[in-house]
Amino acid sequence: MSIASKPAGVEFRNVSRRYGNTAAVDNVSFTIDQGTLVTLLGPSGCGKTTTLRMIAGLEMASSGTILIGGKDVTRLSATDRNVTMVFQSYALFPHMSVADNVAYGLVVSGVRKRDAAAKAAEGLELVGLGGYGQRLPSELSGGQQQRVAVARALVLEPEVLLFDEPLSNLDAKLRRKMRDDIRELQQKLGLTSVYVTHDQEEALAVSDRIIVMNRSVIAQTGTPDELYRRPKNRFVADFIGGANLIDGELVGRSGGMATVALGRMTLSVPDPGLPAGEVLLAVRPNAIRLRTVSAGESGGDGIPVTVRKATYLGSHMEYGLVSEFGDLFVVDPNVANPVPAGASALATFTGDGIAAVAR
Amino acid sequence: MRPRSAVWLALGWVGFALLPWFAGSGTQPELAPPSPGPAGSALIDGLTNGRWWLLPAALPLILALVATALPRLHARQPAILLASGAFGLAWTAAQGFAIGLNGWAWGWLGALFGPLPLGQGGFGAGAALTALSFLFLMTNGFAGLGFMKGDRFTAGAIGLVLAAIAAFVFLPVGYVLSGAGDTGTGAFSAAALWSRLTAPDIWRLSCLTEAKACGVVWNSVFLAVMTGIATTLLGLAFALVAVRTGFRAKKLLRVLTVLPIITPPFVISLAVILLFGRNGTVTLVLADWFGIPVSRWIYGLPGVLLTQTLAFTPISFLVMIGVVQGIGPSLEEAAQTLRASRWVTFRTVTWPLMRPGVANAFLISFIESLADFGNPLILGGNFEVLSTKIYFAVVGAQNDPGRAAALGIILLCMCLGAFWVQRQWLGKKSYATVGGKGDNGIPSQLPRGIKIAAYATALPWAAFTFVLYGLILFGGFTENWGRNNSLTLRHYLAAFDLSWGPGGLIWSGRAWGSLFTTLEVAALSAPLTAAVGLLTAYLLVRQRFKGQGAFEFLTMLSFAIPGTVIGISYILAFNQPPIELTGTVTILIVCFVFRNMPVSIRAGVAAMSQIDRSLDECSLTLGAGSVQTIRRVILPLLRPAIVASLVYSFVRAITSISAVIFLVSPKYELATAYIVGRVEQGDFGLAIAYSSALIVLMSIVIALIQLLVGERRIGRRTATPVTLQEKPV
Repeated sequence: MSIASKPAGVEFRNVSRRYGNTAAVDNVSFTIDQGTLVTLLGPSGCGKTTTLRMIAGLEMASSGTILIGGKDVTRLSATDRNVTMVFQSYALFPHMSVADNVAYGLVVSGVRKRDAAAKAAEGLELVGLGGYGQRLPSELSGGQQQRVAVARALVLEPEVLLFDEPLSNLDAKLRRKMRDDIRELQQKLGLTSVYVTHDQEEALAVSDRIIVMNRSVIAQTGTPDELYRRPKNRFVADFIGGANLIDGELVGRSGGMATVALGRMTLSVPDPGLPAGEVLLAVRPNAIRLRTVSAGESGGDGIPVTVRKATYLGSHMEYGLVSEFGDLFVVDPNVANPVPAGASALATFTGDGIAAVAR
Repeated sequence: MRPRSAVWLALGWVGFALLPWFAGSGTQPELAPPSPGPAGSALIDGLTNGRWWLLPAALPLILALVATALPRLHARQPAILLASGAFGLAWTAAQGFAIGLNGWAWGWLGALFGPLPLGQGGFGAGAALTALSFLFLMTNGFAGLGFMKGDRFTAGAIGLVLAAIAAFVFLPVGYVLSGAGDTGTGAFSAAALWSRLTAPDIWRLSCLTEAKACGVVWNSVFLAVMTGIATTLLGLAFALVAVRTGFRAKKLLRVLTVLPIITPPFVISLAVILLFGRNGTVTLVLADWFGIPVSRWIYGLPGVLLTQTLAFTPISFLVMIGVVQGIGPSLEEAAQTLRASRWVTFRTVTWPLMRPGVANAFLISFIESLADFGNPLILGGNFEVLSTKIYFAVVGAQNDPGRAAALGIILLCMCLGAFWVQRQWLGKKSYATVGGKGDNGIPSQLPRGIKIAAYATALPWAAFTFVLYGLILFGGFTENWGRNNSLTLRHYLAAFDLSWGPGGLIWSGRAWGSLFTTLEVAALSAPLTAAVGLLTAYLLVRQRFKGQGAFEFLTMLSFAIPGTVIGISYILAFNQPPIELTGTVTILIVCFVFRNMPVSIRAGVAAMSQIDRSLDECSLTLGAGSVQTIRRVILPLLRPAIVASLVYSFVRAITSISAVIFLVSPKYELATAYIVGRVEQGDFGLAIAYSSALIVLMSIVIALIQLLVGERRIGRRTATPVTLQEKPV
């Protein structure tokens, strides 16, 4: 016996979840391919957890259709869906040993005790906790508890494995390791996974695709790379990676690139597919370079700025700048010759890391 | 969905076609008696004996069977189940109420449809099972339509709790309302209701103008207000001493809080009689030493006030201790750093924070005093209050249930009003100052004057209480208290004698019968109470559904209904078909279950709110159903709360008197009713001996359970002791 996986795709068709007059999830449609890890990303209250809980069957859709593996499960309760979940709080049963926790789902679905125990041991082995079976959850560290929760969800060989902010209770170092482990396990077993987080860095690190949600609707769907480099709107541009948002004007396009006028400068950015006219430029903090102005020099190819704040962070510098386009936030790897606060400088835009979105 | 619906459907058929529809005993008329066994089932009886009105109940059963059996109808099955269950339930109830022992229950039905040749008795096993089956078919239908997240168990549980509350709380109360307007012939008249509700002996104020007794409402209210004030002040004093002083024997004060749980409410009265009655120790000493003439002053307002204050101070103490502990010490420390003196701090910070709690304690004592029955019964003399007046209107020479019902309505309204005020007004006003953040402050000491006042009030009173309990335990061993103080075991022997006869051991003491019945009823009702209470708590804490607030209010309502009102309402409601229970042990059990359920609910709610919700959600996603989740995850974690509700229900079933005194029968006598009977006969020795035996017995039970639970405690999850202490009277 070994832990296999029976991954299945998930599809939402016009799904809404309303509480009284407010919609937590409003007419959302998406498809999750089998064997991929898709992240639901967004600020708190955006509906991502509600969406996840609707996949699990812990919340019922008010309208719309939910399919798992091509089968309509909209009206099925959590018990009857072949979906398991790793909870934010781990939700380990405190009165059961680690082995009993992992075997729980097998036992309640009628698997013989001995088989369940064997499979539970295997599951624990898989997450690197072999030999911890007889302990109580309270005797494990946070990271270990997290692994038990993963093992418990895995041994049922679910069609979809859900993660509800699984790393938010861990410290920063452990979080990095756990997210790599989760990703590795998911790829090894070919699981279909849905992962909820509000941490955009975590989302970029683990996902095949990311569904960004804002205010109960999907803001954008895409691979991490697409979302970072080709954000479709202001919210996504700002939420993923952070961006300096500057008003500009789209003046022309050619060969997949668009020309945007910014004051008296023009920049070439990937064509956003917007009509010519007013657009918003999303400039990543690392797409701006800072250069001290030697006496007498004026303008050139940069914009004159004043350094309001300079913060030394070891691997890079963070600057707050005042410019004619408003305040700019810059991350600069040049720590050898930092520009001091109060100094005047020239800011230049590097080619990559700038995108135009609708205003 | 199919298997479980099919099970309930099958049980419905069993109840309809195989089990006797009517109860076999009680006041069943001899005319065309239904046969026992399958021949007495609704199907056979309806076909052969002419009770044709039973047959339409088959209709929904057939419909549900068709919907379950034919695959073609599966998409529609939930709707069909819902409709047939609802129809079946409605029909069963309608025919049960419409057709009584002698044909139509209401005259106008006879005028409409012509007379019926024969009537019917109360529901029996068959009817009960069929009705349950209809109920669950209906809730399964609801769940199938996607309500309650499609969870059959939740839908069924809500249906069951609602149906039970409707049948055993609202139906009886409804009977009280209609009974109060009964003209004596079974017809309802608003005029009769009005004249009963406004009777002069209830409302008159003649005591203000002339030397006559006031109306019974004013007596009750005056007594309740006085008791409320006295117990609140005493409770506050106790709480201040226990929390805010360096008093050493705090544990002893804690013992005080256990006393009302294990003491039948009227026992304090007995002890007071031993001290201040005509042969009481104090009375005799005063007469011997100071020549103060012996009088019956204790029988009346002073005696009842004294005993109620003694009986309810511990409850007030418990409320106040929570209030005083709830004041974050750092608030007072902050006040002191802002240059307020101790006294100014108390006046400007501590007291305003305590004020809502004080009002709460007052209202609770007010309700307790209004509802109290045992003490006024024994010590009231000519001082009548509502609860005793209800009792005498039923059992006395008057035997006027309509009058009792009218008095019951007034008492009920007053209690519900106070309950409503307590929940609505105070619920919003309380300042919870203990947050999740740690509070490192040290409670400040009391100002000197308040400290002295608290000590001077609390300590003598505590000593007085302990003396009284000592007297109770000792009084049973004296020949005849006050007149002949020689020691004897006579009373204990009379109550609990054992002898050897030809057939072996003979329980020859007079108390054994009632004691065994009491233990049996208590042992049967305790698990039921815990089950219903925890199920309701589960629905309240763990499920979200429309109308949940109303549902909660309904379940807590029976808490505020005074015992005497419950007693009179059960007599009125369950003395006739369709639910005929008087004189059986069932009515005692049902009464206890619904009287004690609210406390069980609170214990369950308190414990369940501490268990992270994601635990059950996790269990659900792992493939366990609601039932398995409850059994494997929630129940094991709830064990302390379960034990608490079990103990509480058990002990309350043994000590309560107000409701059951209406419901006991010679066959099923309960200990408390028996003791009150002895007191009314003037047989104090036996009554006291029996009471102290009960107190000792229950102390042992509680101590044992505490010992057992103490060992099994998991982590921090313990039932708060406070929930144990709130008791209906």
